[in-house]
Amino acid sequence: MNAFGAAIAIARKDLRSELRSKEATNAAVSFALVILLILSFAFEPTGEEIHAMAGGLLWIVFAFSGTLILNRTFARELQNDALEALIAAPVPGWALFLGKAASSMVMMLVVELVSLPVFAIFYGVTLVWTLAPVILLGTWALVVVGVSFSALTVNVQLREVMLPLLIYPTLVPALIASMMLTGNLLDGQTFSGDNITWLRLLVGFDIIYTALAVTLIDIVLVG
Amino acid sequence: MVAVDRVWKYFGDFPALRDVSLTVPRGACLALLGRNGAGKTTLLRILAGFSKPAKGTVTIAGAAPRDLAARAKVGYLGHGIAVWDELSAEENLRVFATLYGVDRAAIPVWLERVGLLRVRDGLAREFSRGMRQRLAIARAFLHEPELLVLDEPFTSLDDRAIALLQNLLRDARERGASVVMSTHQLREALELASDVVLLKNGRVAHAGPRTEEMLNDPSWLYARYGEG
Repeated sequence: MNAFGAAIAIARKDLRSELRSKEATNAAVSFALVILLILSFAFEPTGEEIHAMAGGLLWIVFAFSGTLILNRTFARELQNDALEALIAAPVPGWALFLGKAASSMVMMLVVELVSLPVFAIFYGVTLVWTLAPVILLGTWALVVVGVSFSALTVNVQLREVMLPLLIYPTLVPALIASMMLTGNLLDGQTFSGDNITWLRLLVGFDIIYTALAVTLIDIVLVG
Repeated sequence: MVAVDRVWKYFGDFPALRDVSLTVPRGACLALLGRNGAGKTTLLRILAGFSKPAKGTVTIAGAAPRDLAARAKVGYLGHGIAVWDELSAEENLRVFATLYGVDRAAIPVWLERVGLLRVRDGLAREFSRGMRQRLAIARAFLHEPELLVLDEPFTSLDDRAIALLQNLLRDARERGASVVMSTHQLREALELASDVVLLKNGRVAHAGPRTEEMLNDPSWLYARYGEG
């Protein structure tokens, strides 16, 4: 059995289910747009401070709306006890994790792609292509931590509350790096100087937490 | 095929399994009996690899239950049907075929065997309860497991599904597969079983071959061990 094939099958299964039910993405897109709208009332779009705060605002929206998707990552398997079937299958834990992470990543990127143009219009910022790697790396950080804690809290009754309480403190380094990079790049800077340091921090965070997640996921799911 | 050796399992301080030992030879069918809370599901979950014993060892074909080689040999049917509502019958089996490395040609064969070939493209959530249960049976048997771990498999099945499951279990045993099942439906289980284990308060109270006495009076064993 090909473990990568199994990971792809799990990701495709999740995406197909989500495409039909749309329960997580609809909620996340609506939530992201509502936050963007409400925050836009607080700031003057042409004001100077908006450029300094743009990175932070954007990643707050991504992190909050992303939690709605990450909460469902393993919780959707509770219906009909489908998680048992996945745990019983001859698939290494890391393949299950990668499948779940890949489907969550796609769903979160969809939410972000819808949010970005709205963010640009409401806050009067010009989007730049150099944001792409920051968004990919920052979103992977959200996904890798979120999917891990989603597995950890899947059997907790108050998991909708527990997940944000666990992931946001863990994500602080990645969120700071993503916010700083996004703000600087929207301000016209390039990947040089301090931005390289922030990028290294983000890449390092992703590597460390991905390695931890694929190593520990079996223990998290079975004990 | 299965060897359980001096297994203990605790939930907090409470020992759900106490020094449980049993073996299931290849081709045998073990009926795991006991009242609610006796430890049947706990033992089956250990066999299926969902949890680990606190003490003792469990092996399936010589490997630990969490080994990939052991998991590939086990088919599990638990309390939930373990299929995805938003996928069609065929899509559900396709996922499991990929996870177990089964040729996709087996999917229509199994859909036919459980009477779902005509509705192969129908979403599982649109199926009746009986159809969903038959899909779950196809899911558990798809990879032709060498060991079937069944937790109360006859509960809430309709007559057709019970007959189907009994036939599939007989076929599985004929090809050499072993079966471990817990059940409260004593008659259905004892008709299939070659061996019987009665668990009482987490301990093995009785272990031995299924006898004619048990067939004639399915509750005989419970009565004998003061569980009547």
